[in-house]
Amino acid sequence: MTNRLLEVNNLSVEFHTVQGRVHAVRDVSFHLDRGETLAILGESGSGKSVSASAIMNLIDTPPGYITEGSIKYDGQNLLDLPRDERRQINGRKIAMIFQDPLAHLNPVYKVGWQISEAMRVHGVPNAKADARALDLMHRVGIPDAEAKMNAYPHQFSGGQRQRIMIAMALGMKPDILIADEPTTALDVTVQAQILSLLEELQEETGMGLLLITHDLGVVAETADRVVVMNKGEIVETGTAASVYKDPQNDYTKRLIAAAPGKAPLKSVPDITPEDEPLLQVQHLSKRYGAVEALTDASFHVMPGEVVAVVGESGSGKSTLAKTLLRLQEPSGGTAMYKGRDLFSLTERELYDMRRDIQMVFQDPTQSLNPRMTIYQIISEAWAIHPEILPKDAWRARVSELLTKVGLLPEHAHRYPHQFSGGQRQRIAIARALALEPKMIVCDEAVSALDVSIQAQVIALLNDLRDTMNISFMFIAHDLPVVRDFADRVIVMQAGRIVETGDTETIFAHPVQTYTKALLAASLEPDPEVQALRRAERKTLLMDIQADPDAAR
Amino acid sequence: MKAFIGKRAISSVISLVGLIIMVFFLSRLTGDPTALYLPLDASIESRELFRELHGLNDSIWLQFWNYVQDIARLDFGDSIRRSRPALEVVLEAFPWTLLLAFITMILVTFFAVLIGSLAAFRAGGVFDRFTSTFSLIGSSAPDFWVAIVAIVIFAVQLRWLPTSGTGTIWHWILPITVLFIRPFGLILQVVRGSMISVLSSAYIKTARAKGVKTRPIIFVHALRNAMLPVITVIGDQAAAMLNGAVVVETIFGFPGIGKLMIDSILQRDFTVILAAIMVTALAIFIMNLLIDLAYTLLDPRIRY
Repeated sequence: MTNRLLEVNNLSVEFHTVQGRVHAVRDVSFHLDRGETLAILGESGSGKSVSASAIMNLIDTPPGYITEGSIKYDGQNLLDLPRDERRQINGRKIAMIFQDPLAHLNPVYKVGWQISEAMRVHGVPNAKADARALDLMHRVGIPDAEAKMNAYPHQFSGGQRQRIMIAMALGMKPDILIADEPTTALDVTVQAQILSLLEELQEETGMGLLLITHDLGVVAETADRVVVMNKGEIVETGTAASVYKDPQNDYTKRLIAAAPGKAPLKSVPDITPEDEPLLQVQHLSKRYGAVEALTDASFHVMPGEVVAVVGESGSGKSTLAKTLLRLQEPSGGTAMYKGRDLFSLTERELYDMRRDIQMVFQDPTQSLNPRMTIYQIISEAWAIHPEILPKDAWRARVSELLTKVGLLPEHAHRYPHQFSGGQRQRIAIARALALEPKMIVCDEAVSALDVSIQAQVIALLNDLRDTMNISFMFIAHDLPVVRDFADRVIVMQAGRIVETGDTETIFAHPVQTYTKALLAASLEPDPEVQALRRAERKTLLMDIQADPDAAR
Repeated sequence: MKAFIGKRAISSVISLVGLIIMVFFLSRLTGDPTALYLPLDASIESRELFRELHGLNDSIWLQFWNYVQDIARLDFGDSIRRSRPALEVVLEAFPWTLLLAFITMILVTFFAVLIGSLAAFRAGGVFDRFTSTFSLIGSSAPDFWVAIVAIVIFAVQLRWLPTSGTGTIWHWILPITVLFIRPFGLILQVVRGSMISVLSSAYIKTARAKGVKTRPIIFVHALRNAMLPVITVIGDQAAAMLNGAVVVETIFGFPGIGKLMIDSILQRDFTVILAAIMVTALAIFIMNLLIDLAYTLLDPRIRY
């Protein structure tokens, strides 16, 4: 058993809240060996992050208490160690990287200082720590590392920030690296790069990697073994391949079933060519000063059609949505809707048009006013556009809309914080429906949701399209979801549309290198399929890195 | 950075010009300036003489032009009561206030930051509750009352400290202590609140995962981030003090700008009031510039 690095036995964690005791983690046991990658898979509230925090001694007491169990590193129970000895394990023996590296790097200190601090606190002399920090910056692939040592976190891209986090974690050559959703906020191609960097580093150092994730694709790509958690308990353990192929637990089965991107590809939708497009955009461009965020974008949306806009951050897909709704003024181009150019409407005409085109945003926590009840949020639409519905019909219609999106009429008098993330997004959809729109623009509308909730919301949107003939512009970075939901796909890169086609063609026979790279970087939930795709991806990504212009 | 300082300097000059214009017209709006400048029982002859001497019989625009020219030459006229240049009188008093405000604010900042940070680290604990109560009492106690009680106890009863005046280091203790209390309570609360939110931020978790000790987590990782809102309040409080700690200076007979202003107002020494306004305004502009610079030094994300 010399290879055993970490052994968690019967761990239980409680949080004392005003509502009473919450058992965040119950009787959880797992182990991690040298050179192994163990994934803890679970949705929000599963206790996967709390388990990791317990290992790192990051649980705040109060309100959190480890009530039971042991966490053994190198045969020693970490929970029994005196405070200073416990502190010295962190960073030196067990290191951790997190989701959202921007928030996890101190904004007011230089990154070089932050990396070398990870060594200085464990007694490495300044000069030596600085030299190794520079080496690490090179190792994790930060270009121009000498100069970048003196830069601040906000001056890097998301992927580079996560590389810096990794450099910081590796300073003391730890035995164990815990990665808590390390790629969740990143673009797919960047995600692929970060995951392969972690893998390389693991091969170099032989460290054990504990990967916390909600993403079956990440598990398939990286993990040797997987632990599935639900509501604070481990429901299933096994090798990544066996758990995917032959799940025993009901929850695991549901999780795997909900993973998007497995349905047979849709064939071309039966929209007859003589149909008039609902929206016809031509030569749309948007500049912010000298920066061209959107260049010469032309496309159309048919009635009842789902058009997905995919691309990485900075590709201009959100700018496209905001300009269409005139939340921002375009710099040029036209958008013909019902024979009128949206961009030349007066304020008054725009006000009427807004009824027809609604928007659902990524984060329903921020897009719903926390001081308004659900009834007020939904009925506000009719207060603004009184011609739609007389006031005495509001109550009945709110009930009807809530039922339609899978909530209950009695939910109308609650406030947004009383709902889960998925329910809030349903409320946002109900609000959009209140105006009886012809088209809904969804800006990353399901990105923040758990996989099983995501599947439900997509099913709801699909149903709305079928029953109400609503068109969707579906902006997303998550290709499997797009594959399941969209009729047509627009691929954007650096403000330009690089490829357009029906979903089947784009996914099965992409033409542009960039589209191919996006597809190759997107992770499949099936470990076997994913293993096959890795070779293909590596060559493609190398092509793009060697010649970025070829991808344009 | 240079462009920023230049921009701020220009906007400060514009504000100063506005102030100069406003002060002139306010002194004329109230009617006959002689009523403002001279004692109530001044004779008609002396009023006439005063008018003649100060060109008050000229048109208002000519008067304004002369006034602007005088100010441009830094000539605020002579103090009517002291028969010396008003600016000289003001510049004599101002260093006292400056020093008093400076020492007080240094002490306030040091203790408020130290105690506020520690209170935030164990928010809700005994130390936190004790300091919260104490700072609340401190920041709501009226300074004139605290000053008088302090004199009664420490100067009159215990005879440890002088009641008023200047001369020895002992004379500074009571004014500084009384001035200290209110901004201390206020800034401590701001430090505490800001610190609590910073300590719960993600990068503090990272520092703990790196194995950083508690003290550097508070005073290196958290403090610099937590200082941003605190700097603003420190600036406000310092500006208020530069304006002259009127009550405290008067009670302790401290020869600063606040006491000079009160005396000059009571004596209708208008030239001194004008000079005092200009000097303090300039000082406050400079201090605001320093506060803005402190922001950019603390947070690399702020660029003007």
